[in-house]
Amino acid sequence: MNVLISLAAVGGLFLLGTLGGAPGMGWIFGVVLPYLAVGIGIGGLIWRVMSWANVPVPFRIPTTCGQQKSLPWIKSNPLENPHNGLTAVGRMALEVLFFRSLLRNTKAEVIDQRRLVYTSAPWLWIGAMAFHWSFLIILVRHLRLLANPVPWCVTFLQRADGFLEIGLPVIYVTTVLFLAGLAYLLARRLASPQLRYISLAGDYFPLFLFLGIGISGFWLRHWTKTDIVSVKQVAVGLSGFSFDSDALAAAGSLFYGHLFLVCVLLAYFPFSKLSHFAGVFLSPTRNMANSNRSVRHVNPWDYPVKVHPYDEYEDEFREKMKGAGVPVEKE
Amino acid sequence: MPKPDEMSYYQQEDLLNIDATPPKTGWMDTPVDLRPGSFIYPGKAKNLKILDLPNPRDWAIGDDDWKLPEGWKKTVLEGMADRLSKYRSFKLFMDTCVRCGACADKCHFFIGGGDPKNMPVLRAELLRSIYRKEFTVMGKILGKLAGARELTEDVIKEWFYYFYQCTECRRCSVFCPYGIDTAEITMIARELLGLLGLYINWSIEPVANCFRLGNHLAIPPHGMMDTLEFMVGDIEEATGIRVDLPVNKKGAEVLFVTPSGDFVADPGIYTCMAQMLLFHELGIDYTFSTYASDGGNFGLFTSHEMIKRLNAKVYAEAKRLGVKWILGGECGHMWRVMHQYMDTMNGPADFLEVPKSPITGTVFDHAKSTKMIHIMEFMADLIKHNKLKLDPSRNDHIRVTFHDSCNPARAMGILEEPRYVLNAVCNNFFEMPRNTIREQTFCCGGGAGLGTDENMEMRLRGGLPRGNAVRHVQEKHGVNQLAAMCAIDRATLVTVCDYWAPGVLVTGISELVANAMVFTGENERKQNLRLEDIPGREEDEPREGDANDE
Repeated sequence: MNVLISLAAVGGLFLLGTLGGAPGMGWIFGVVLPYLAVGIGIGGLIWRVMSWANVPVPFRIPTTCGQQKSLPWIKSNPLENPHNGLTAVGRMALEVLFFRSLLRNTKAEVIDQRRLVYTSAPWLWIGAMAFHWSFLIILVRHLRLLANPVPWCVTFLQRADGFLEIGLPVIYVTTVLFLAGLAYLLARRLASPQLRYISLAGDYFPLFLFLGIGISGFWLRHWTKTDIVSVKQVAVGLSGFSFDSDALAAAGSLFYGHLFLVCVLLAYFPFSKLSHFAGVFLSPTRNMANSNRSVRHVNPWDYPVKVHPYDEYEDEFREKMKGAGVPVEKE
Repeated sequence: MPKPDEMSYYQQEDLLNIDATPPKTGWMDTPVDLRPGSFIYPGKAKNLKILDLPNPRDWAIGDDDWKLPEGWKKTVLEGMADRLSKYRSFKLFMDTCVRCGACADKCHFFIGGGDPKNMPVLRAELLRSIYRKEFTVMGKILGKLAGARELTEDVIKEWFYYFYQCTECRRCSVFCPYGIDTAEITMIARELLGLLGLYINWSIEPVANCFRLGNHLAIPPHGMMDTLEFMVGDIEEATGIRVDLPVNKKGAEVLFVTPSGDFVADPGIYTCMAQMLLFHELGIDYTFSTYASDGGNFGLFTSHEMIKRLNAKVYAEAKRLGVKWILGGECGHMWRVMHQYMDTMNGPADFLEVPKSPITGTVFDHAKSTKMIHIMEFMADLIKHNKLKLDPSRNDHIRVTFHDSCNPARAMGILEEPRYVLNAVCNNFFEMPRNTIREQTFCCGGGAGLGTDENMEMRLRGGLPRGNAVRHVQEKHGVNQLAAMCAIDRATLVTVCDYWAPGVLVTGISELVANAMVFTGENERKQNLRLEDIPGREEDEPREGDANDE
């Protein structure tokens, strides 16, 4: 149910986007909506991050995954158990760039009806790395459409990405990895009964949305052979605030379908689980140093609580304490 | 006929026949199954009254009406709003989960039970679904499609069942790509339940005891003197040494704070006796306290406020007695509190000095703010400096493995110190498989206030991963003892081992240290601290047997 609704929603949105190819609609789908989407995306992201950052962190609660820094002759593990800001940054870098925690993944199962064994389960990590890194490189590659002249690093990345030199135009490695990664993440979610059980529409929708964007992009490059000059004119126009009616009209329905899905993605991500990419930076179990006993952490909303003070305790037990030879304050 | 609160009620084949297939109905439409053996009895009114907690009343899990207070829904939602504005962890963990499922088979309760709501992700969704409905636009508009649902009494019952089926062990948070910590979510959920007067008695009674008497086990000051004097007698019988018994001693250098389980429960008492012997041998100027008579803090399993209420006594007592620094015993959750909460909640401890070993002169700089160090840090430093005379062959009949306790491992990272000590005092130390130790260690199945017999089914299921790993080293290396530096472990793992790896005993590390130590003026050491004969050293055994000792 959640799967079909999400698939239908993405399909419907794509078709809606192709309307941009209709006469005169280019201005809405090629100018107004992209600006709106960027506005919502950036504004939404700021709102989202502030909604987290404005909440205090009352306690220092890192999850430690290695040896602490204690005695000088015991080797500590600063990247799994950082003891200061610098090592915490190192830990975060591993987490953000290489999904360190996900790499730990194991699969637990009972074999021979009595033995519980754990095996390494790296595929989720591999799929996630393939998808996320490809996505980043694909984004950077797209700068060649938005910028004129094209920055050298973008050109370089593009060349490197097409090093296989298969197809004309060449098929980028990241395109394949992006789609393969997504396909794996989707297949995994559908194949495992437990994952299916916990998956919401909000888990399938982004997968289909990315797949829609990826497939339509592939299509634009390799099958339809879109009018790249017009597309570049539209894109450069967006980044330079100068618009060309002819180019907007010539860009083609399929391009608008692709662009509209990107707009949906931009507007959707701050309000969805996709915001995890910003959230991970703020995660207190990862970004805090385990310096708990050497540097005091202050809780900004700390308040006095009712305790049981010693004198009340002694008042209750004084005679018994004296009888048992426990020293007391008041004889 | 055995009952659900007895180990023998459960057949291993049945428990191992784990069916992790989710039910046909969606999780929101699957009501909670409150079967005996898998839940804990409610907190009694008298305990809630001692602590001034809301809605004290007597009720039972089986009752249809849990007697929730007037306006309970508003109370819960206001409680959530309040905590969403106070804990970034809570707010963030409500928003960022992508349901990748990496946490699922990391939870000992899910591994051992297969109930999908014991997957950490779904445990969190139980709360997240209400968050979406009440605090997010998507949830308000799209409802169930966005994973949102109404807060009902059935939801409260489900929360009570599943948030008291989490031991706050943080193993899932090691594997989560965003560091989502279910312990944090469980702690908040338990606070929300607490606003309605919903507690489990197995944790709220210890809390009430701890508030009034300073320790969970309700040991009054004179009772504590009795039990410690009894230990002094046993120590003398085993070693021939009469140790001092400093209690509430003003001006001592060190305040020793340890879990109260070590004062009364077997095998914890041997760990306590071992520590008394060690302090005596080294001439440490220390004191016990009857007021700060528990480092353990079941407030951690109750609410943040309760952690602070119970923990306040430690610094207060250190100040009253005028000690220089604090030494902490072998306990798991106590060390989460001492390490991650105490200084923030009840510090700064500016009246204390940075801990410095009076024997080696080592200054423990890593504790320069909190002023409290772990007994394993203290001992490792002593052994490194050759300050303990050790004869590890006295432990040669012991083949030991080490269980990292959840909190020292994942909230502190004290992994090498205990291993260093164990290797120094035992010749036969074997590690369990790597996915079951260190930061990946498994809970005993009874932490966070769940270690009571009425919860036996869940304890055995939750104890399966640990028990299985113990059995592995038992079969492979002939391991016969499991060392753990946690008082809850020393209580609950006895059951886990008896069930899943019978024949393996549970011990504290200090106990092994004292049994290997050569004390000044000791007798011939024919018995260990448990007053059992040491194999090869029984009465009338020729002394030549010791020739190959060193």
